[in-house]
Amino acid sequence: MKMSDSREIKAAPEVVWAAILDPEVLKACVPGCTEMTGSPEDGFEATVVQKVGPVKATFKGQVTISDMNEPNSLTLSGEGKGGAAGFAKGGADVKLEPTDAGTMLHYDVEAKVGGKLAQLGSRIIDGFAKNMADKFFQNFQEAVEGPADPDAAPEAEADGKKKGWFKRMVSN
Amino acid sequence: MPKDNGIGASTKRREDVRFLTGHGKYTDDINVLHQTYVHFLRSDVAHGKITSIDTAEAAKMPGVVRIFTGADFEGVGGLPCGWQVTDRHGEPMKEPPHPVLAQGKVRHVGEPIAAVVADTLAEARDAAEAIMVEIEDLPAAVDMKAALKDGAPKVHDELSDNLCYDWGFVEENKGAVEEAIKNAAHVTTLELVNNRLVANPMEPRVALGDYNRSDDMSTLYTTSQNPHVIRLLMGAFVLGIPEHKLRVVAPDVGGGFGTKIFHYAEEAFCTFAARQIKRPVKWTSTRSEAFMSDAHGRDHVTKIELALDKDNNFTAIRTETYANMGAYLSTFAPSVPTWLHGTLMAGNYKTPNIYVNVKAVFTNTVPVDAYRGAGRPEATFQLERVIDKAARELGVDPIALRKQNFITEFPYATPVAVEYDTGDYMATMAKLEEIADVKGFAARRAESEKNGKLRGLGINCYIEACGIAPSNLVGQLGARAGLYESATVRVNATGTISVMTGSHSHGQGHETAFPQVVAEMLGIDESMIDIVHGDTANTPMGMGTYGSRSIAVGGSAMVRATEKIINKAKKIAAHLMEASEADIELKDGAFSVAGTDKSVAWGDVTLAAYVPHNYPLEDIEPGLEETAFYDPSNFTYPSGAYCCEVEVDPETGKVTVERFAAADDFGNIINPMIVSGQVHGGIAQGIGQALLENCAYDENGQLLSASYMDYAMPRADDVPFYQVDHSCQTPCTHNPLGVKGCGEAGAIGSPPAVINAVVDALQSGGHKVTHIDMPATPSRVWAAMQG
Repeated sequence: MKMSDSREIKAAPEVVWAAILDPEVLKACVPGCTEMTGSPEDGFEATVVQKVGPVKATFKGQVTISDMNEPNSLTLSGEGKGGAAGFAKGGADVKLEPTDAGTMLHYDVEAKVGGKLAQLGSRIIDGFAKNMADKFFQNFQEAVEGPADPDAAPEAEADGKKKGWFKRMVSN
Repeated sequence: MPKDNGIGASTKRREDVRFLTGHGKYTDDINVLHQTYVHFLRSDVAHGKITSIDTAEAAKMPGVVRIFTGADFEGVGGLPCGWQVTDRHGEPMKEPPHPVLAQGKVRHVGEPIAAVVADTLAEARDAAEAIMVEIEDLPAAVDMKAALKDGAPKVHDELSDNLCYDWGFVEENKGAVEEAIKNAAHVTTLELVNNRLVANPMEPRVALGDYNRSDDMSTLYTTSQNPHVIRLLMGAFVLGIPEHKLRVVAPDVGGGFGTKIFHYAEEAFCTFAARQIKRPVKWTSTRSEAFMSDAHGRDHVTKIELALDKDNNFTAIRTETYANMGAYLSTFAPSVPTWLHGTLMAGNYKTPNIYVNVKAVFTNTVPVDAYRGAGRPEATFQLERVIDKAARELGVDPIALRKQNFITEFPYATPVAVEYDTGDYMATMAKLEEIADVKGFAARRAESEKNGKLRGLGINCYIEACGIAPSNLVGQLGARAGLYESATVRVNATGTISVMTGSHSHGQGHETAFPQVVAEMLGIDESMIDIVHGDTANTPMGMGTYGSRSIAVGGSAMVRATEKIINKAKKIAAHLMEASEADIELKDGAFSVAGTDKSVAWGDVTLAAYVPHNYPLEDIEPGLEETAFYDPSNFTYPSGAYCCEVEVDPETGKVTVERFAAADDFGNIINPMIVSGQVHGGIAQGIGQALLENCAYDENGQLLSASYMDYAMPRADDVPFYQVDHSCQTPCTHNPLGVKGCGEAGAIGSPPAVINAVVDALQSGGHKVTHIDMPATPSRVWAAMQG
């Protein structure tokens, strides 16, 4: 399956670029991610627990980053094996463009599933993948620029301005 | 008054008592002391090179007895194919090896890579998760036509391409067919898909291998339609176990529909592993495993042309079919699109010129083999759809066009190498028009239209070749086995009888119908006769049950054995009554001397055979047990006419089957109730194929429809009450019972009737739809209506 979308993030492309290569940020943003280690150069090792329809599994896999053109574009690709549940693999081409408000993040995602995931989940896999991507980029946006709902970030209010935890981290 | 005993009685199925009360004994009900359980680690990619398998961690897991991989099967035979097809150029089909566990490559999702044998199933499954398999993905061949293009991924590297064979039938007809099409007044062309199906018997497959060291005996308990065939294939070709050291038992089997004919990897594995570890090994398929390891059915893509002269007489038929074999050749796969398909392309019609071309293709999908009807539904669907399309193009009544072209004189030799012995297609059509109330259709359509629905009526005629099969003929056609059947009739001292048959019942009702035949012949009560089947240890070598063959071939063997019993019993009776053997008559269970009032009861004769105190020992042996093998001289040719009426909701595209009528000619009938039941079940499966069922793969060879969430089986509310009639009877001329077989007819005759009805309904609503592929789901119908 394929999907594309874009999102405007209120942060400079350099900030977004750094965030996307930070394993801590990725761990916080990938839905169901319980472990994320590694570096942009060597790739990341990830463990993700997810439920697709009737299939719940722990996926272990690698994420590699290629075609890095700082701070404009990169390609993420990865494969996760879920044992009896099958596998999921895919890639995302990410482009960052500066805008007045910050950065426009474009992504083109292509994903494949196999084994039991395909056999039991094919009807719901498109919706599931879209939902995963939406959640990831929502989390990512929040991580970089702070939550959309100020109530959810009391520290940010105390600071007097909204700020994502990643932004706070890099600006401290 | 209807009979209540013997041939023609609707005796209630005695086996249903145990089936319906939970007392059936199925393979999974069998457990053996010290039994282990196997879980197969199966490929989740369609095509790939196995670069490593690491079982070290898994082997240390609790309860693991042993882990097997392809390496353990080096030197062991692969799964054999039972039929060799010769192609248009005289070359044998390509026949790549079919390993028990994958060797080097995986070629379809679901192919077993490793097998974990453990003390419990849970331990086997847990350990399988710890096996590390590295597979280098390869692009998959999925679509048949794409798989034949240059540069397509090759399923088998050692072959030049993915073409298994290119079959022409009859090759000598080709020129005449081309000529006839060129000279035709009208040619109707239709391209269609016969959708891939999964048989889905209620009971998934099970295999339990046992090995006894004390006598070196292997026993396989398995869900099979033909235990002797499995013993022969597995013993001789896969594992090298001599037949006297191998017993195969297929106890109660919960439905087969063809998919339990074949010899499967799991059967060979359990038998092999039990010998290796010296403990019984059991495998019970899950429903998910069944979807990706049971042989699938159908999966043809066809172009058919029908040529007619100016008077609408059929002059030629030409077909080109791509038939999916899947990744490996299943046991009888090559015969299905060829000898079970091409030979039926004449249908019920006297078309003088016919040429059938079939290209069988390897793809990275589950192997495809026989499924209820096997080749004959595919032939019927394309023929009856193109006739219907021709009638619409020519503006003639579809029933009249069929009648005009019916074969009316028998025997009839078709241009596709078979000779129909009997039939009366006018009679079944007339009966159909009566029971379907074709005359009343216009009023019913008007009523539907009042309710905002489109109503359509679809007709279908079919002929099938069953009673499979004359051994010398199929031997010439490439079968690597004979197709006779056997029966041993064992009369006990008190006159009760056990009939040991090589046929196998997996829902057909043999235990009821077979005794009816013997009871009729001897004039005794059916309850005195039991049928024994399903165990190579106590039945004579027989070829099993498929191809609507059991009563026609197995029943005929039973008749021959019973005739031998009668002959011997007459000798004994003659001795007891001090009469000439030639004067002895058997009637109503007693032997009498013609023209006298002397008689001796059946039980007195049988007792004399086993207590031979007053017995002609110098002339005949004691005992009363006879065996016969029967090899038919021709196929049998059941035929019929079917009518389906559907309503289509123009708002949603949903099709509902409102009426369904079937007029079949099965020749003589043993048990009318069982025959009706067979037809009912077949029609339900045909409606399933036409409207609901579809086995789908994505472009990477991932199986998408592998559960009942995605694979739609017909349910009670998807089918109407049926009008079923089998009063038109032209008895088979070459078997002693005059029977033709009825097991597959419903599934053969119904899909074209349904689709013809859907097209009729859509055209009545002004939609210019000439064809709709199966399954005609609401989305497809709705899309067709939108143009």
